[in-house]
Amino acid sequence: MSDMTSSGSSSASGLRAFLALRRRDPATPPFSDPPPRATQTASHVDQEDPEVRKAQEKRLIWTWDAPKGWRYWSAVNNTEVGLWYTATSFLFMLFAGVLGLMIRAQLAVPENDFLTANFYNQVYTLHGTVMMFLFAVPIFEAVAIIILPQMLGARDLPFPRLSAFGYWCFLIGGVFVCGSIFFDSAPNSGWFMYPPLTTQERFTPGYGADIWLLGLSFIEVASIAAAVELIVGTLKCRPPGMRLNLMPLYAWYVLVVAGMILFAFPPLIAGDILFELERLFNWPFFDPERGGDPMLWQHLFWIFGHPEVYIVFLPAIALLAMIVPTFARRPILGYSWIVLAAVGTGFLSFGLWVHHMFTTGLPAISLGFFSAASEAVAIPTGVQIFVFIATMLTGRVVYKVPMLFVSGALAVFVIGGLTGVMVALAPFDWQAHDTYFVVAHLHYVLIGGMLFPVVAGIYYFWPMLAGKTLSDRLGKIAFWLMFVGFNLGFFPMHFSGLWGMPRRIWTYPEGIGLELPNLLSSIGAFIFAAGVLIVVFDVLRPRSKQPYAPRNVWNAGTLEWLAEEEDKGWGVRSIPIVTSRYPLWDQKNFVEDVDTGRFYLPDAEELKRETIVTGVLDADPVQVLRVPGPTFMTMWAAGFLGAVFIFATFHWWYMTIGAMVLATAAIIVWVWRGTAIIPEKEEKDVGRGLTLPLYVSGPKAVGWWAMFITMVGDGTAFLALIFGYVFYLTIHAEYPPAGANGPGLVWPFVSLVLFAVAWAGAFFARRFNQAGRVSAARGLMVAGALVSLLASAALLWAPYTTGLDPVRHVYDATVWVLVIWTACHAAVGSLMLLYCLARSIFNHLTPKYDADIQNVALYWHFMLATAATTVLVTALFPLAG
Amino acid sequence: MFGLDRQTRDNIWTLIAAPTIWALHFLLAYGVAAVQCAPNQAIFETITATRWMIAGITVVALALIGLIFLRAYREWKGHGGGTVNDQDTDVARESFLEFSTVLLAGLSFVSVIFVALPALFIADCR
Repeated sequence: MSDMTSSGSSSASGLRAFLALRRRDPATPPFSDPPPRATQTASHVDQEDPEVRKAQEKRLIWTWDAPKGWRYWSAVNNTEVGLWYTATSFLFMLFAGVLGLMIRAQLAVPENDFLTANFYNQVYTLHGTVMMFLFAVPIFEAVAIIILPQMLGARDLPFPRLSAFGYWCFLIGGVFVCGSIFFDSAPNSGWFMYPPLTTQERFTPGYGADIWLLGLSFIEVASIAAAVELIVGTLKCRPPGMRLNLMPLYAWYVLVVAGMILFAFPPLIAGDILFELERLFNWPFFDPERGGDPMLWQHLFWIFGHPEVYIVFLPAIALLAMIVPTFARRPILGYSWIVLAAVGTGFLSFGLWVHHMFTTGLPAISLGFFSAASEAVAIPTGVQIFVFIATMLTGRVVYKVPMLFVSGALAVFVIGGLTGVMVALAPFDWQAHDTYFVVAHLHYVLIGGMLFPVVAGIYYFWPMLAGKTLSDRLGKIAFWLMFVGFNLGFFPMHFSGLWGMPRRIWTYPEGIGLELPNLLSSIGAFIFAAGVLIVVFDVLRPRSKQPYAPRNVWNAGTLEWLAEEEDKGWGVRSIPIVTSRYPLWDQKNFVEDVDTGRFYLPDAEELKRETIVTGVLDADPVQVLRVPGPTFMTMWAAGFLGAVFIFATFHWWYMTIGAMVLATAAIIVWVWRGTAIIPEKEEKDVGRGLTLPLYVSGPKAVGWWAMFITMVGDGTAFLALIFGYVFYLTIHAEYPPAGANGPGLVWPFVSLVLFAVAWAGAFFARRFNQAGRVSAARGLMVAGALVSLLASAALLWAPYTTGLDPVRHVYDATVWVLVIWTACHAAVGSLMLLYCLARSIFNHLTPKYDADIQNVALYWHFMLATAATTVLVTALFPLAG
Repeated sequence: MFGLDRQTRDNIWTLIAAPTIWALHFLLAYGVAAVQCAPNQAIFETITATRWMIAGITVVALALIGLIFLRAYREWKGHGGGTVNDQDTDVARESFLEFSTVLLAGLSFVSVIFVALPALFIADCR
């Protein structure tokens, strides 16, 4: 950092500073009555002087405040966005819960006609879909957005506007999917949408399947955005001194789960693309008559779907890892074992997907691999349970409501885990597959492994969020209703399943012994729902008279409990130096030191939102990150992007293209105004004599990490498409089929050479720009952008000239989809280079401040790899065949 | 031998090396069997070559995971073999990562054996 000091300010940087100040800095919120800026830097004020502190607090509160009035909805603070996110996913949960009750009402007695068969199909499909996609996964993102920054002593996550964008995508997509049932056009083929039932108009007329595919693809975008945000947040926004071995276990889980999302969701997006291409344009990916195979969808769906179960389960268990030590009054026993369990489960969960496909006729040896891995995953899962039990046994447990729910969670989850070990055995599964036994199993796992821990988390964290505790008495009543109701509702399903009741049936006949278990299940479900309603009531009831709960009401040891009785928008008063896993227990005078601003960033001298970025291993401070404030732009971007998906559902193509243009424009405006802002000075005094740079680029910068992580996810989706190609290759004796030519060799390789040239353009644009040869760099950006488009044209030309027709055979369709995927990415790469050109011309991109071109050059590494893979696979495989 | 005595600085990548090898082993074993059995013809014919191939992949995977285990174990013991590692020092961070690597390598080792077992028992494509 000392070299940055010595580079001093030249007249050029003065000009830059002028240009930067002329525009409104996104880090300064557009509020009225700004308090006076500070005249002295943090290390040069008397922090013990109450007047100084008062002025600092005024500035911090003004800077981090939420917008007022209708502008409130432009907020991007993690506290606001996280709250909306949580509330919205709970609303979806209640909606899906009502659907669940409708199922139970229909099945309460035999031969019932409460719902029509078709509507019943819509109800259970939407129940499963909404619970999984609109509650179970989003609630993880929602809760993490609220508590992760608090737990890491950060003022906010590194990309607050990305969180807000993700939220609006989630809301729009969710309302679209849920709303369909009110028009009697909800998807009705089960939450995993197996083709050919879902791909052929004669089986599933209407828009249901399209709403599922497009609505959920849109939400998956939001999930991946959240994953990027959370990975970068955990790795780079920890407080100084919080080394990897001192990180709260919750953060470990977030890291693992966000990483899993990055590898699990993209295959489903790839599957959705294939699926939609079949539904909209008759490309035969899943149509056996033209070489397709419905099994590919099952593979892609479950490569997503099984890890998803752990994506749902691990964050909830992470809440237990925070709650148990607090109430056992001791540090967690076996910290490394939890890390083992989290990372181990994260990996093993990707080797389980075929256990949903045991009855599809795959060879026994293949089933064996997945069965073995399904048994192996019980090891790390069990380790977690034993760590919690051991921590409770060696501590002095205080039984409060959160602990009740924790105990209930463990009991219910263990039963679900044991039936899981049973169905992981292929021969047993052949008997139980698609029966109510599986319904019982999955509800034990999800409600024990997710819902109970989340309710425990609500009771535990509510005082931190709202400043007031929830009712002890209501909590206990709710717990017992939920616990008893749940077991009464779902335990009999094991029996009805083993007695032969299949899933998803609309009704069942009298006299085959299913009346009693079904009636019990229905009664239990309503008792369970009553318990949930009590929790909802407890959360919503007015409590203006109730006094604030004392700060850190449970006497916990981790940083999120620094939150004051009346929550302040700033997150933490000053960003602490951490030397322990439980700083509030172990570090002397800690809370007072934080509150009096004796740690870092005790002030917002320039009225800008700032947080500290640190190193991955030891959290040594590397940068002061200016984070952008409120904006409506993210809402516009999400709205237009949502419109793209919604218009496509109804085949309104011109409007789809129009919305696509608007969405792209909105994203460019957002990025242009809100990112890579050149600061008014090079570095900043953050207090305690430490000075940190305000701008970094390349591998040290959070933006570079975000690009890298996003492209890993993008690459996974691409590999899923390649998997499709290889899958068809293995199942066909002749591939390409007789009569079809490959895309040839000439044009694909011309394209590859052009792609290499475009990549070199991006690479040397970065190098030349860094070396100060700005004109040369600009020339390369233009050249790279143009050559990239030429390369795409050559790539698309290849299958066109050899007469590949995507409707004829799955081979043709697969080549086309790979080629189009690559061409679209090249168009984006071209746009990015032109963006850098404009940034350079408007002096937002300079040799010194070069984040934009650094990130774009990184994108181009992935772009070249994508192009090379596409060309090699599509051009060379036909030669081997 | 194998440079095991050299101290390495652990990080998140070294931590996940062993389970990554598990994942690659899993994919290869699944892929080899799938390619052999995919046309779903001649399902009664034995697939000895494929099974030996899986055995070979398994031995390589176990050897690599074993190396990771040994390296991490020695370094961890060299740092005192602590299991709590909650101090604010470079050694504690290193020791934590080494111990976690040992645990993950152990889990990966066992899981590789689990996954290889079907190839030991199943002789054809049925």
